[in-house]
Amino acid sequence: MSQRIHDTRRSKQIRRDRLGRGLIALAAGLVLAIMLLIIVDLVAGGASVLSWEFLTAMPRARLTAGGILPCIVGTIAVTLVTTLFAIPFGLATAIYLNEYARDTWGTRLIRLAIRNLAGVPSIVYGIFGVALFVNGLSLGTSIISAGLTLGLLTIPWTITASEEALRSVPPAWREASLALGASRWKTIRSIVLPRAVPGIITGGILGITRAAGETAPLLFTGAAFSLPGLPQSVFEPFMALPYHIYVLATQHEKINAVRPLAYGTALVLIGMILALSLVAIIIRARLRKRHGGASL
Amino acid sequence: MIRIPSGHTPGKTRRLPDMAAVFFRLVGGSVILILTGILLLLVTESLPFFANSPAADFLTGERWNPTSAQPGYGILSLIAGTLITTLGAMLIAVPLGIMAALWLTEAARPAVREWVKPAIELLSAVPSVVIGFLGITLLAPAVAALSGRPNGLNAASGSVLLAIMALPTIISMTEDALRSVPASLREASLALGASRWETMTRVVLPAARPGVFAAVMLGLGRAIGETMTVLMIAGNTPSIPGSFFDPVRTLTATIAIELGEVPMGSVHYHALFAVGLALFVITFLINLAADLVMRRQARLLAPRREKQS
Repeated sequence: MSQRIHDTRRSKQIRRDRLGRGLIALAAGLVLAIMLLIIVDLVAGGASVLSWEFLTAMPRARLTAGGILPCIVGTIAVTLVTTLFAIPFGLATAIYLNEYARDTWGTRLIRLAIRNLAGVPSIVYGIFGVALFVNGLSLGTSIISAGLTLGLLTIPWTITASEEALRSVPPAWREASLALGASRWKTIRSIVLPRAVPGIITGGILGITRAAGETAPLLFTGAAFSLPGLPQSVFEPFMALPYHIYVLATQHEKINAVRPLAYGTALVLIGMILALSLVAIIIRARLRKRHGGASL
Repeated sequence: MIRIPSGHTPGKTRRLPDMAAVFFRLVGGSVILILTGILLLLVTESLPFFANSPAADFLTGERWNPTSAQPGYGILSLIAGTLITTLGAMLIAVPLGIMAALWLTEAARPAVREWVKPAIELLSAVPSVVIGFLGITLLAPAVAALSGRPNGLNAASGSVLLAIMALPTIISMTEDALRSVPASLREASLALGASRWETMTRVVLPAARPGVFAAVMLGLGRAIGETMTVLMIAGNTPSIPGSFFDPVRTLTATIAIELGEVPMGSVHYHALFAVGLALFVITFLINLAADLVMRRQARLLAPRREKQS
């Protein structure tokens, strides 16, 4: 009798185990399916409009024909400004936190600020950019205003990436250098940084690619609906891939007619983001080989 | 890290202050300036608005209509729009994200996980405007058919897209939390005859609770702050919704739609900064809560963990 109770209990336990494990596999499968659906639908909808002309021509006929060259140029230009601002700033902050600072209330406050900056909504960075760069510093709606706004938004990511890279350098290397009489700055320059560079670059690029896809901060800092030519300096407004997708998807007067163009633009944006991520990974692999750092 | 007493620094640099250290400290400290700068600017830019209309009316007024002859600046319906889309998103993303993370850490074979994990992580690289666009082309028609409404631009569609935006955060942070649970706990549970399912739901998940809570809070923060997806799909109607299938407008979408068109310095301009301030305060509190709970729980767990190992 007791054996039978044990058996039914045991089989119930096994049944539940199967059911539960099936359920979580299903959940993971669903998330994977969403990702696949996004890629498949983008390729299916956008592949037919991809052509050399699409990538290298100006838009024509009120954005219903032609290419997206100014959007590609604009996105690259803004991303460059973002990179030049966010990576050095992130690296310098990470060097302070990881190489100089002790665990004081000051550094704890800095870390708290970084975590909270990472949680500030991108649209809030957008209005901050309007008030500070566009109006406050009179940079106007321009590549530089948008790039700096995105730069601020990216800083928490570049700090975190740089810090992880610095932390991966064994403390013994620093101690050896300091013991030989090198100053702390000399140690950072000659010992720590060369070893940490691959991680800094990879993490930095991955953060930058995320910024490249942001739309909300561009809305009022410089992205334009349509422009007659390419921007001639960083103080001019620009067209950008993410904003162009938004325009074609919701703002255009002939939404159904431009839908294939919207798909094509989205495919180009995703392609650029994936390509940049791939570049980051390749750079990391190369530098890793050169430095022979197995543990990195 | 070792500290060298300043008296022991070698030769030439003895008397000079360490310029590099000063420089890095200044840059590091400026991070705090950025955060306080954002807050200060939001406050100063919204002060002219609050000078004319009391904060209580702003928070409890239902009518948001800044361009009418009798302008209304109440954000209650915008808050309601943000709340209902975020609530819907959390109802989808929290169970789905936790289960997917459980599968990744506790059930997946390593060979399979090596392929699935990067694919799921790739989701966080998809820009929100692309997700919003695909929401319009794929999701909205389906929601329209399901709900029997003329279009699918409503809170339910917004919730689904916000869930997709919040999922990568929830999954990867939950995974970290689950992974930090010591293997000995799992082994002990299995050795006592518990099944894998019982082990993960009654031992691993409870032990990882603070981390999972933080994951949910950060996912929540992302959903509240998300702009493009809800701007494109939630229907843009500033009124208090009666159901998930009503169109709504969020705090974020309101700024996105209106800031481009207002004259600088107008009451409307400053009102939008007040909306931004409300958004900043809400997300700041959520992040702070996640932070505090995670740290407090970690402190509470620390001595117990020691005993177990």
